[in-house]
Amino acid sequence: MASKVTMRIQRFDPAVDEKPHDQDFEIELPAGITILKALNKVRAEKDPTLALRYSCGSAICGSCAMKVNGHARLACKTQVSDCTVDGVLRIAPMGNLKILRDLVVDMDPFFDSLGKAKPYLEAGNGSVPEFERKQRPEEFLQIDPSTTCILCAACYSDCNVLEVDDNFFGPATLAKAHRFIFDSRDVDTQARLRAVSKKTGVWDCTHCGECSTRCPTETKPLERIEEIRTKAMADGFHDNVGARHALGFRETVGKRGILDENYLPARSMGFFNLPGLLSLVPIGLRMMMRGKNPPLIPHKIDKLEEVKKTFARFEELRK
Amino acid sequence: MELVGQMDVAVITKVYPSRSHSGAAQGGVAAALGNVDGDSVEAHIYDTVKGADYLGDQDAIEILCNDAPRTIYEMEHLGCPFSRTEDHKINQRAFGGHSFLRACFSADRTGHALLHTLVEQTYKQGGKLKVYSEWHMNRLIVEDGVCRGVVAMDIKTGRLEVFRAKAVLFASGGYGQAFKITSNAAANTGDGIVAAYRAGIPLQDMEFVQFHPTGLYQHGILLTEGARGEGGYLINADGDRFMSTYAPSKMELGPRDIVSRSEQTEINEGRGAGPNKEYVLLDLRHLGKEKIMERLPQVYNLAKDFIGVDCIEDPVPIQPTAHYSMGGIPADNDCQVYLDDKGQQVTGFFVAGECSCISVHGANRLGTNSLLEALVFGRRAGKKMLDVTPGLKLADVNEERELEAAKKEIATLYAGDGSEDLSVIREELKEIMTYKVGVYRCADDMLQARSEIKGLRERFAKVQVKDPGTNFNLNLIDALELSNMLEYSELIVSGGLAREESRGAHFRTDFPTRDDQNWMHHTMAFRTEDGGHELRYKPVTVTRFQPEERKY
Ligand SMILES: Cc1cc2nc3c(=O)[nH]c(=O)nc-3n(C[C@H](O)[C@H](O)[C@H](O)COP(=O)(O)OP(=O)(O)OC[C@H]3O[C@@H](n4cnc5c(N)ncnc54)[C@H](O)[C@@H]3O)c2cc1C
Repeated sequence: MASKVTMRIQRFDPAVDEKPHDQDFEIELPAGITILKALNKVRAEKDPTLALRYSCGSAICGSCAMKVNGHARLACKTQVSDCTVDGVLRIAPMGNLKILRDLVVDMDPFFDSLGKAKPYLEAGNGSVPEFERKQRPEEFLQIDPSTTCILCAACYSDCNVLEVDDNFFGPATLAKAHRFIFDSRDVDTQARLRAVSKKTGVWDCTHCGECSTRCPTETKPLERIEEIRTKAMADGFHDNVGARHALGFRETVGKRGILDENYLPARSMGFFNLPGLLSLVPIGLRMMMRGKNPPLIPHKIDKLEEVKKTFARFEELRK
Repeated sequence: MELVGQMDVAVITKVYPSRSHSGAAQGGVAAALGNVDGDSVEAHIYDTVKGADYLGDQDAIEILCNDAPRTIYEMEHLGCPFSRTEDHKINQRAFGGHSFLRACFSADRTGHALLHTLVEQTYKQGGKLKVYSEWHMNRLIVEDGVCRGVVAMDIKTGRLEVFRAKAVLFASGGYGQAFKITSNAAANTGDGIVAAYRAGIPLQDMEFVQFHPTGLYQHGILLTEGARGEGGYLINADGDRFMSTYAPSKMELGPRDIVSRSEQTEINEGRGAGPNKEYVLLDLRHLGKEKIMERLPQVYNLAKDFIGVDCIEDPVPIQPTAHYSMGGIPADNDCQVYLDDKGQQVTGFFVAGECSCISVHGANRLGTNSLLEALVFGRRAGKKMLDVTPGLKLADVNEERELEAAKKEIATLYAGDGSEDLSVIREELKEIMTYKVGVYRCADDMLQARSEIKGLRERFAKVQVKDPGTNFNLNLIDALELSNMLEYSELIVSGGLAREESRGAHFRTDFPTRDDQNWMHHTMAFRTEDGGHELRYKPVTVTRFQPEERKY
């Protein structure tokens, strides 16, 4: 059964437009049509100048990620009927990347960012390929999710951290890092962990979960980021803001049952990290001016003993 | 990779490297590792020769199979993730036409794993390899039998540039986009082969196009043969495993051409499923959820996302889909391109992968042999280039003239009176090719197809590119691609009409048997001055295996 849909497509041609604008296309679409096919129908029947990227049409090449109703998705595998709201389907280019034309964005920053993960296997010396190296099926399964990544950049587009800090490795790059950190054949695990533990690495992720929600594959970057963090902690990469923050969090909650907001920033920055501590001063002052500082002496909670007990049990379990 | 660091190397690609269609390969890559059974290189060679229906060149097939294990180990060492056996080796699964478990795989995204491993190497090479992503190659420059470079267009700006080179390698993929039901990416429009053809190089065996048995109904999207390798059934409307009639010993794992024809016969004879009896069914239900999710997750997702079928609960509607292009640019075993049917070669021009016709696949490619071909011959080409290029000089190019020619080609596409529509012509071409030059062919259909395509070419002259823009002008690229598709489709039809026999993927209902007496020959199509073509033939190389009846 065909139905009429308004495709509201964001257009932008830097040669003529000052800024992006929406254009509506009323179009008759058959049931079961994907967004990519619908866009190509717009090109064939309404406006051949619409620019977009696509290739395989089967959700593996990663070309056609774009925003559908405000969120990044692969156009080729998304049904029009699943996204049309009151007869309108909104299409726009991905976020966090410069628009080149219509739905086409500049992908170079994305592909360049992958380089930060040193995205290739370090096999060490003496690997003459006379036979395959052995890998247990479980070891293959460990990297199975992160190797499904198709580099579509949907996660990059919707990442809240990248929106404010384009130095952040980004979800896809961290998933790529995961793919090698957890590859039993790679010899560079510790250096890789050190690299992603630094500023702009795994600890800069704010856990909003957008990346995993938008990811069209099993890569699910947030889960991979958490696995890296856990391994980095277990392998002793504590000497960085993120790890100290996590440890400090555990200490204060374990001790007082609540977060000590005065202790944590200093603990995270490192008590002897003078420049780091000083860098906190302006934000501290601003908070003070707006009356947002936490009380100097944190208040006590009622059932502290219970919290402590729960916490102790948890620590026991963790071991 | 063989050349980087030793020479100044650039890669030109119209999509980003990780978007190449190799990434879509699902099932596996063949090599007689013998990790799970008693496979041997000998058996691989024989299976390939037989699968090719004796049209493959046996010396090239021997190279392919001999070099396969080394190639797989090399990819493994570069980091390619492979599914593993219980004793930690690379796992291998069954594949149609292979008599042992020979397909090395990475779940059901083997091509993706291999492609990404190679793309990762480009990061490792750092600045030593220049990649021109989203540049569209428009012309190959060949003069006096010497290849001198290419003309390409930056898709981001519309700028045309001449790339001069001592040696050029085309790895530009297949030509399956000419069909309505196809598993091929939008990018697979045969640009490379047509550029070579227009530069005076013949094209070989173009009539051989493989139809894959398990295309998702109406979409053509591929569901891997691995689904049958893992034990999936093909059933008709009555629930019968119809392959018992056509290939009783191999059943669902018969070679692709036979399985596709069997499906089409079921459909043609009214045993198809669905309201219009237009498809047959791939039944995975008995494999169970766990096996489906571990071994065939992509199949599960494709069926679910594209046609809303949960293959754990229900059988999946499928139909034959255009899949692999056996034909292409003729070359020797070191990938150096032939200029004629006598063995003369083009200096400095190499081909590898699906755009080439070396020919290891003959009349019908066995699944998993093509990723292997791209890897084995890609490396051989590199080694040969390393060998010969230092002895070549950078040939003169009249850059002005080449740019003018490319500009003129583009200007022509704007000059039509606009009374014809690009997308209409494209759709008509695709219908003609699928329905008249598809799984079953006959003289009547192909004669019709020939005159219809001629008509389409005349109408194409009236098409007008509407987008005046210079950045990401898809409208222009569509037109360039359609012009290529029209040009090579004629060759598929001509080659098919002339070949009055049935061999491998080319099946004529009016000549239903193979004719070794007259047709153990490769077709070579030469472009003539007037834009038409002429067919010549060259013999197949037979080393060890004389043609036998091909039974499964
Ligand atoms: C769905 C599917 C599944 C498959 N499964 C298997 C399998 O399991 N096992 C197996 O062995 N084979 C399989 N095959 C076949 C196999 O994937 C291909 O034969 C092989 O990957 C082709 O590789 P290639 O390098 O020759 O071409 P491609 O990977 O298609 O690359 C072509 C390149 O050429 C570039 N290019 C083309 N035209 C231009 C131009 N005008 N300008 C600039 N650049 C250009 C493209 O950008 C691209 O980068 C499958 C094929 C399909 C379609």
